[in-house]
Amino acid sequence: MPDVNITVDGKKVAAPAGTLLIEACKNAGIEVPSFCYYPNLSLQGACRMCLVKVEKMPKLQTACTTVISEGMIVATNSDEIRQARKSMIEFLLGNHPLDCPVCDAGGECELQDMAFSYGAAESKYMEPKNHKEEQQWSPVVYFDRPRCILCYRCVRVCGEGMDVWALGVQNRGVSSIIAPNQDDHLECEECGMCIDICPVGALTSGAYRYKTRPWEMNHVGTTCTHCADGCKTTLGVRRADTGMEIVRGDNRDKSGINGDFLCIKGRYAFDFAHHKERLTQPLIRKDGRLTPSTWEEAFEVIGSRLTEVRDCDGGQAIGVLGSTRTTNEENYLLQKFARVVLQTNNIDHHRTADFPAFVSALTERPEAAASMRDVYNAPAILLIGNDPTEQHPLLAWQIRNNVRLHRARLYVINSQPIKLRRQATSFLQIPTGAEAQLSSFLAGQDSAIDALLSGPTSRDEWISLREKLRSEPGLVIIFGSEIRGSDVVSLVKSASGIHDVKFICLGDYANSRGAADMGVYPDLLPGYQRLADPGKFHEEWGGVPRAVGFTLPEMIESATAGKLKAWYVVGANPVGRLALDPFAFSQSFVVVQDMFLTETAVIADVVLPAANAYEKSGTFTNTCGDLQLVKKAGEVTGTKSDFEIIVRIAGSMGYDVRKLVPFGRGMTADMGQSRGAQSGEVDRHGVWLEASGLELKMSPFDPMAILDEIQRLLPGYAVSRMDLLAGNAQHTALPAGKAGALHDPKLIVPADNNLFSSGTLGRYSRTLNSVIENRHKKPEELEVAAD
Amino acid sequence: MRLSEQFESRFAEMLTHYPTKRSVLVPTLLYLQDEIGYLSDEGIAEIAQRLELTDLEVRNVISYYSMLTTRPRGKFNVQICTNIACLLRGGEELLEHCEAKLGIGHKRTTADGLFSLEEVECIGACSWAPAAQVNYDFHENLTPAKMDSVLEKYKNAQ
Repeated sequence: MPDVNITVDGKKVAAPAGTLLIEACKNAGIEVPSFCYYPNLSLQGACRMCLVKVEKMPKLQTACTTVISEGMIVATNSDEIRQARKSMIEFLLGNHPLDCPVCDAGGECELQDMAFSYGAAESKYMEPKNHKEEQQWSPVVYFDRPRCILCYRCVRVCGEGMDVWALGVQNRGVSSIIAPNQDDHLECEECGMCIDICPVGALTSGAYRYKTRPWEMNHVGTTCTHCADGCKTTLGVRRADTGMEIVRGDNRDKSGINGDFLCIKGRYAFDFAHHKERLTQPLIRKDGRLTPSTWEEAFEVIGSRLTEVRDCDGGQAIGVLGSTRTTNEENYLLQKFARVVLQTNNIDHHRTADFPAFVSALTERPEAAASMRDVYNAPAILLIGNDPTEQHPLLAWQIRNNVRLHRARLYVINSQPIKLRRQATSFLQIPTGAEAQLSSFLAGQDSAIDALLSGPTSRDEWISLREKLRSEPGLVIIFGSEIRGSDVVSLVKSASGIHDVKFICLGDYANSRGAADMGVYPDLLPGYQRLADPGKFHEEWGGVPRAVGFTLPEMIESATAGKLKAWYVVGANPVGRLALDPFAFSQSFVVVQDMFLTETAVIADVVLPAANAYEKSGTFTNTCGDLQLVKKAGEVTGTKSDFEIIVRIAGSMGYDVRKLVPFGRGMTADMGQSRGAQSGEVDRHGVWLEASGLELKMSPFDPMAILDEIQRLLPGYAVSRMDLLAGNAQHTALPAGKAGALHDPKLIVPADNNLFSSGTLGRYSRTLNSVIENRHKKPEELEVAAD
Repeated sequence: MRLSEQFESRFAEMLTHYPTKRSVLVPTLLYLQDEIGYLSDEGIAEIAQRLELTDLEVRNVISYYSMLTTRPRGKFNVQICTNIACLLRGGEELLEHCEAKLGIGHKRTTADGLFSLEEVECIGACSWAPAAQVNYDFHENLTPAKMDSVLEKYKNAQ
């Protein structure tokens, strides 16, 4: 559409037809104040703060509801307008309590800002204020009625954005109040969007309220550690006697792939980090008991035992389990450590999606993997399996808002009536477990249709759906872990004729995709490169063991038979999460590094207290393949990052760590120790980094050195380092050529987390547990056995 | 919830008038209130389900309109206007008279469940002020004596 030309405050402004005046002004750098206007939500026109003068119109107009038209001449800053705004602020402050010094929003309150910019110093309102006690609507949502300015943003974001509709407005005029859906409390997804969007302190967070002031925290934008969507979350941290405490999570930095969105986990479930059962000292089993000890002793024990097993029984006698919640750098380092130091390919992780099959199905067109942003812009989406509302909250948000704002066509095929069917153009229910036949049918095999025909959908409807999908250019096909192995291949084949089709394979944990991409597999190297063809890795690492290693079930079998002599388990709890028999670990030397004494840790010989993803740096890859930076925010004294621990273990085994982590490669730096005025002084750079809570660069503990290697050896990861460091998500490409593999579909065990659970992390999150308890459901028992 | 045939036919007819279902909410609420006297929790849930709305959305609308009520009212709902025209011609006195006569205040119901009293905003009968509305019937140019006979008439009519 051609641009429309208008004049604002004497400045010529052009914007596409249909643009709202307030947006056109904003784009031209002219601020028009508003409370109720919020981009991408329905228009309200309630607060009257955005009044502007449009020539030839009799009264002041609300810029947030006025669509620009050719030749419009607008004034945004005249005496008349300033007076109008001043009066509006006076109205809003009429019953607003002056409790800014204790209000959570103080310092980042829009009403405060506006009162400073446009308000008056005195008020004509003499009557006593109408006070109401604050109410608790849920474990995480509190409502302070007198502070509310009735902008209705919370009502709209809850309904339109989240499709929850848990908030409403009751009564009218001066009696209007925001009301929760259950009389005196909320029954909702507890996402906290209403709190974040509240321009004042009317809605406050149970996790953060009255704890600190915004300017007393440091704010660190990092990537969420819960599900596989990879939302950017900004953590507010402050000093505590045990390091740095995380006190708040929100998305005030809306630059992430999630834009405005965060779910309950990204916003509140950081509290596992400060759980009282958090391990802060290495434990070594002595006389049958796990006994607190020092890091030095622990590394010595591990180093000597692992060396002994490797040298006596060979690498195949050691099993390594990687994590779906450690960074890419840690996963890469772990498999490199396993392969070059332990000399074994016995490495696996808790697989929640069939990424190797996905890669092998798409080797012909690696660009066909969709990013999280594509989900918001695609003209059509086919969703097979999974329940994104529960398991992938951001993905669900992207889909809902694409349908709402761009009128995308959504086709949902599921064995359950999932909530996203409310947005679907068509929802087709299939019998449980019929996803495999579905992909065959979509790929053109008509005989598979019988397995789909148990619901109300007729044969003709299925065939017409298939035809319709084939004529949807730009379709994004999203599938859950129901589709595995050869079914992934047939699903990809079914879409071969669709122009510009893209795919997303849904994994469950924060870095499930990263663990897969980094080659935490017994038969695949980083980039899903097959072991038979180690190519660059062979040269770079100076040799890779050739024999294909054991998968997790094979390792268990080997251990049960007494052949696997040592386990190295990093950030995983196979006994608890995969219900494995602890006996498989009882005959071996077991090293576990984790935050808590999990079911696996209690039977270990050495337990190392690890830092979590909020306490270290690195990168995560979300389920779509979007690479994002993980930044260190919190800190718990006594823990170490998995990265450092792996390097220290390699060191204690006598391995040259410079070969493992090629740090400082191609760089020389003088930290002021050797010459000049600073000569002889301590490493000031290092001291400064430590003091700022940052990690030392130019050291073997620098994850960026491994990122260098990853970017050098994995073509798909050769994204802009600058954009990555700037905090932008970078979409990685799938590997081309001979990559990926078809594994036994049984190796995939979905995590089955919902909105309020998150594996081990969720068990130790007080907020998530309190929400579950509040719903009168029994929380998961904390099964931490006494040693 | 089982509702009368009259309700069902009115509801079905009303649905044909609007492009979206939720548009029939206000008339449907009035029909339901006419039928069972007030808007019960059960009734609200029924309408919400029929119109694909949440209970909260239905309650929001009910709370906006003063003529919709979630509490049972008397058989005859006496509504006295006290807006400007009625006020000038004795609306306030009329209200006070009714309060004394019926022994109840604003938005209250007599013990026998016969009358409810309500002070309302303009009912659009300014030319014949002071005016009152009992259920859907108007009574105009009232005086306390005239009001007594109006109330008497309803009492006898039941």
